Amino acid sequence: MAPRILTFREAINEGIRLEMRRDPTVILMGEDVAGGASLPYVAGKGEEAWGGVLGVTKGLAKEFGRDRVRDTPISESAIIGAAVGAAATGLRPIAELMFVDFFGVCMDQIYNQGGKLRYMFGGKAKVPMVVRTMIGAGFRAAGQHSGSHYSVFTHMPGLKTVVPSTPYDAKGLLIAAIQDDDPVIFFEHKLLYDVKGEVPEEYYVIPLGKADIKRRGKDITIVAIGRMVAMALEAATHLSAAGLEAEVIDPRTLSPLDEDTILESVAKTHHVLVVDEDNPRCSMATDLVALVTTKVFDYLDAPPVMITAPHTPVPFSPVLEDLYIPTPEHIVKGVQEMFEPVTA
Amino acid sequence: MTEITSEKLLWIYERMRLIREFETRAAKLFAAGQLPGFVHLYAGEEAIATGVCAHLTDRDFITSTHRGHGHCIAKEVDVRSMMAELYGKEPGACKGKGGSMHIADVSKGMLGANGIVGGGGPLACGSALTAKVLGTQQVTVCFFGDGAAEQGTMHEAMNMAAIWKLPVVFVCENNGFAESTPVAYHASVKDIADRATAYNMPGLTVDGTDIFAVYEAAGEAIVRARRGEGPTLIEAKAFRYYGHFEGDPLTYYTDEMRKGFQARDPIARFRKQVLDRALVPEARLNEIDTRAVQAIDDAVAFAESSPLPVPTDLLSDVYVTYAHA
Repeated sequence: MAPRILTFREAINEGIRLEMRRDPTVILMGEDVAGGASLPYVAGKGEEAWGGVLGVTKGLAKEFGRDRVRDTPISESAIIGAAVGAAATGLRPIAELMFVDFFGVCMDQIYNQGGKLRYMFGGKAKVPMVVRTMIGAGFRAAGQHSGSHYSVFTHMPGLKTVVPSTPYDAKGLLIAAIQDDDPVIFFEHKLLYDVKGEVPEEYYVIPLGKADIKRRGKDITIVAIGRMVAMALEAATHLSAAGLEAEVIDPRTLSPLDEDTILESVAKTHHVLVVDEDNPRCSMATDLVALVTTKVFDYLDAPPVMITAPHTPVPFSPVLEDLYIPTPEHIVKGVQEMFEPVTA
Repeated sequence: MTEITSEKLLWIYERMRLIREFETRAAKLFAAGQLPGFVHLYAGEEAIATGVCAHLTDRDFITSTHRGHGHCIAKEVDVRSMMAELYGKEPGACKGKGGSMHIADVSKGMLGANGIVGGGGPLACGSALTAKVLGTQQVTVCFFGDGAAEQGTMHEAMNMAAIWKLPVVFVCENNGFAESTPVAYHASVKDIADRATAYNMPGLTVDGTDIFAVYEAAGEAIVRARRGEGPTLIEAKAFRYYGHFEGDPLTYYTDEMRKGFQARDPIARFRKQVLDRALVPEARLNEIDTRAVQAIDDAVAFAESSPLPVPTDLLSDVYVTYAHA
């Protein structure tokens, strides 16, 4: 039988749908997750105007009703805070923060309330919620709709962070995130939504904290996050033609982080390059390089290399935005420089 | 005037006296250097928490503020675990990890004092949403101060609660000052309750030192919320005897204001009201006075003799589960 192919968007939709069918306490709320709320000619027919700004949650209001699939006002603090309060009292809310850049208006509710509540209460409460949010440059959406700020949330104790790179992973990781008893931020790269891949129809869970080796290789370890995984795989093909076999590791979850898979790989390849679409300072790139250099320094044959976005906001002009995003060419060049003989 | 059963009146008096005694003792302990950190005391506002929570059960929820001791006691959180929390001791309500500003007891529906002014409004929408989605009839009361009334979160929360008809009662405890800044300066309106109009919900201002006024207003609002008719904004005007935090030099209070506070003392007013009308015997009130002192003595003794957290407690309770590689 031919494999079942879904887009990344469809895989996320399916993950939410399966969990909402399985668990009546799962609800979805956010701006236009259905769209057209209260309009009789939209909602009255059990349909939605949008199904999410990019159509990810399409059809969910129709199946589950608008009590469980709630359009919200444009009130990000109330959305996230209501999810925290609902999670602490018996629901498993999935809140959509449309773009990660919008955390600027609701950070308190994410990290002072959601992330710290359990600890501040001495472990006597839990906050089983998911915040789904879009990341990523390349959409010509400029400075306030294009960031990839997962490192900010990975920094914060109490939160878990998930960045899927394939449709298969997106479905299994999202189901795990919804079932998880802690607050999870689930980062969806908007340029991945149309990417297709094999996704089985059945229910499956990919545990948080488990990296995936997307390609085996013996010469260099490339750790890549989110959309950068595809860039790394493309680079690996070029490198292979040049005689270097790259091992591509996708951490999939940044908090918790599967350190062992990364360290074991570096101990084998003696080289590491990290590709991260986030800004470079205090980032996943610096975090991963610190991990490798503090834990397996003696195995390294060359200094680690970081391929990241620059220390700038995301620019608008396509010519500038294209320069902002790491590419396979950047990765290939970074690897080749690592392997060039040292010249005086 | 609403009739309140004598049993309920005695419960209210007991809770008010416990709050006053707890806060008076906390102030002394803090001044003596016995309590780490800092505390924000509720004395003067007792009639608000008790008059509201008199209508609630353990299954109902409240969100609170940095000035949360009174809300805890009104929601029947154990004063021993509260005092132990102020001491940072292991048997504290939050195992010594929250302190005064984060005291919580979810088993009592007390969803936490909150160190962020206005932080509780969105949370209250969440617990109310749980009740609405699960159809449980539970009500959430969101206590917030006049200072929090100026936070955007409260605007978002009141609007969301109104459009979704969430079972929330917003109780603005207007003690006249946001830290040291007077409400007449920081608020665009004379009465915060006027803002209810903007959210299309009932709004009323009551004397927050008059237990009967608070009880009556809260009762109607809570019934309304339980019936699924949506939120209400109650502004209860009172005062605080102590500063914003202990150690506040209170240079924004005058002697005249302090005299005015004494004249409006909610506990003295309560005694006069119930005794003038012979609603409860004075002897019962006096017994409660004695018991409140004993309960706080006991709570302090418990806290002082309680063990401190152990080093491994530092790392626990961050997550329910966390995969370590």
